[in-house]
Amino acid sequence: MIGTGILKGMGVTARNFVGSYFEKERLITVQYPEERSPLPENYRNFPFLIYDGEDPQAGLRCVACKICEKECPPQCIYIVKSDDKKPDYMGKPQFYPKVFDIDISVCMSCQICVEVCPFEAIKMDKEFELSKRERFNHLLQRKEELSKPNEYYHGICPTEAADVDAKLAAAAEAAAKKKAVAAAPAAPVLAKPTGPTGSTSAPASS
Amino acid sequence: MSATVQTLEAMERPPVTMSSRLEGELLEVSMGPQHPSTHGVFRMNVTLDGEIVRKLKPVFGYLHRNHEQIGEQTTYLGSMPYTDRLDYFCSMSNNWAYALSVEKLAGIEVPERAEYLRVILAELTRLQNHASLLGFLLSDMGAWGTPLMYAFREREKILDLFESLAGSRMMCDYMRFGGCRVDADDNWLAGARKIVDRFPKFLDEFEELILGNEIVIARTQNVGKLSADLAISAGITGPMLRACGVNYDVRKVDGYGFYPRFKFRIPLGEHGDTYDRLMMRALEMRESVEILKQALAQIQPGAIVNPKAKIRAFRPPVGEAYGRIEAPKGELGFYLISDGGPNPYRYRVRPPSFINLTVLEDLCLGHTVADVMVILGSVDIVMGEVDR
Repeated sequence: MIGTGILKGMGVTARNFVGSYFEKERLITVQYPEERSPLPENYRNFPFLIYDGEDPQAGLRCVACKICEKECPPQCIYIVKSDDKKPDYMGKPQFYPKVFDIDISVCMSCQICVEVCPFEAIKMDKEFELSKRERFNHLLQRKEELSKPNEYYHGICPTEAADVDAKLAAAAEAAAKKKAVAAAPAAPVLAKPTGPTGSTSAPASS
Repeated sequence: MSATVQTLEAMERPPVTMSSRLEGELLEVSMGPQHPSTHGVFRMNVTLDGEIVRKLKPVFGYLHRNHEQIGEQTTYLGSMPYTDRLDYFCSMSNNWAYALSVEKLAGIEVPERAEYLRVILAELTRLQNHASLLGFLLSDMGAWGTPLMYAFREREKILDLFESLAGSRMMCDYMRFGGCRVDADDNWLAGARKIVDRFPKFLDEFEELILGNEIVIARTQNVGKLSADLAISAGITGPMLRACGVNYDVRKVDGYGFYPRFKFRIPLGEHGDTYDRLMMRALEMRESVEILKQALAQIQPGAIVNPKAKIRAFRPPVGEAYGRIEAPKGELGFYLISDGGPNPYRYRVRPPSFINLTVLEDLCLGHTVADVMVILGSVDIVMGEVDR
């Protein structure tokens, strides 16, 4: 009979309408600014720089190796390497970024900078309410705004941060052991045997 | 006083040179690019005889982003997040197609668990793509909002799974050469099983809602018929080809990934009209659920990435490769030529929705303007992929 299909369909909408008062499954709307659903641990938004210890600029893990700048697909990272070396949080003399800017209007949150970083210095943030009053300067994040403590990283990604800490501690222990065995002032290397500007860097694309 | 009235009457009278009847004259209408039913910035120059379409010329390029040129400028890894932006409904499938072609080029093996995860994610992508397509199609037919919201409610659950695994709902950027980026823990797999088990319930409800509906039948049956011969000669792939009764599915033909390990059927249409294309999506979702059940039962713990695959300074050997998968919209392929450098010498995408769109004029001729929207909806296009 003509019309039964439409009536059946209306039955479905009626079931959904009435069901939305009783079944949680059918009403999944979250009233956003008042309620928030928790973010998953793997959630990523924009990168930030990690520092250890108290002073943001002294404890920065970044050694300005520029790998992330080179690998960033939309080229939103801008780094100027320092001329001198200063001791990092472990006391080894390292280069540091004189300028480290990320243009978050260009960044596409792909996480490639995090994956290529050999020093666990750059990680993905979870902050997403980032609307700004001005288009150019406010969306360009400077080194000072990007630097966040390791405790903050532990707060947003507890599992991953614990893994990273364990990895860094193991690397530091291995380096200390190596130093003790060799008993010579070897070049300070943190995680990888190759130097930051060594063979890992690819030549500029033609 | 009376003179003024006469003048006004004279002004309202049509000029004598203009014909008062438009019968027999063809009218050219530009539909789009800001038409709500064109699924993005797509324009059609339609020549109309009354309501009937006599000529249709698609105009592309409003969303052109130079994807292939960018792919030749950035590194192999750097192109991976850009592939998310092709067909932004199915970023996992796009990732897989690109990873597959680079793995072919460089000869990288993929561990077992990663292959299973890829199958699971690609089939979940197919579920959410087809569900939202059916919703959009009904929205184009005038069922505003309601079916689309039901479809989006299911889609949202799958997108939450993607977010908890890959970190982003739509721009997943999940696969890497030689595996996947993050491992799925047991909670994630349990959540996926729960969603897959409940999905048939949604399908039953949705099919009850639409497939017997007289208005849907009247609007879709015998509308936009595509013959198998034309479909084959135009290079149509995906559900649109199978709706014409041609048994061609890259999952069966190529057997890429672990698809030969799973038991599933390929639904085939008979008439090649819009209703068959619509049904094809509903039936494919059921088969995807079957694949997902098998994959989620078979997946074993293990490595998710090949340790030999380098992430920094990746340079494949000189050569060329074409990797293709059955994306939800059809055959998605990436063609790469390597000259041994860090970026491809040639990077070419074979987008399913662009090639499926080429027969749009043949489908629409002789139908009314309102049918054009339904036919366009049943082709399943995403402008991000059409224009690239």
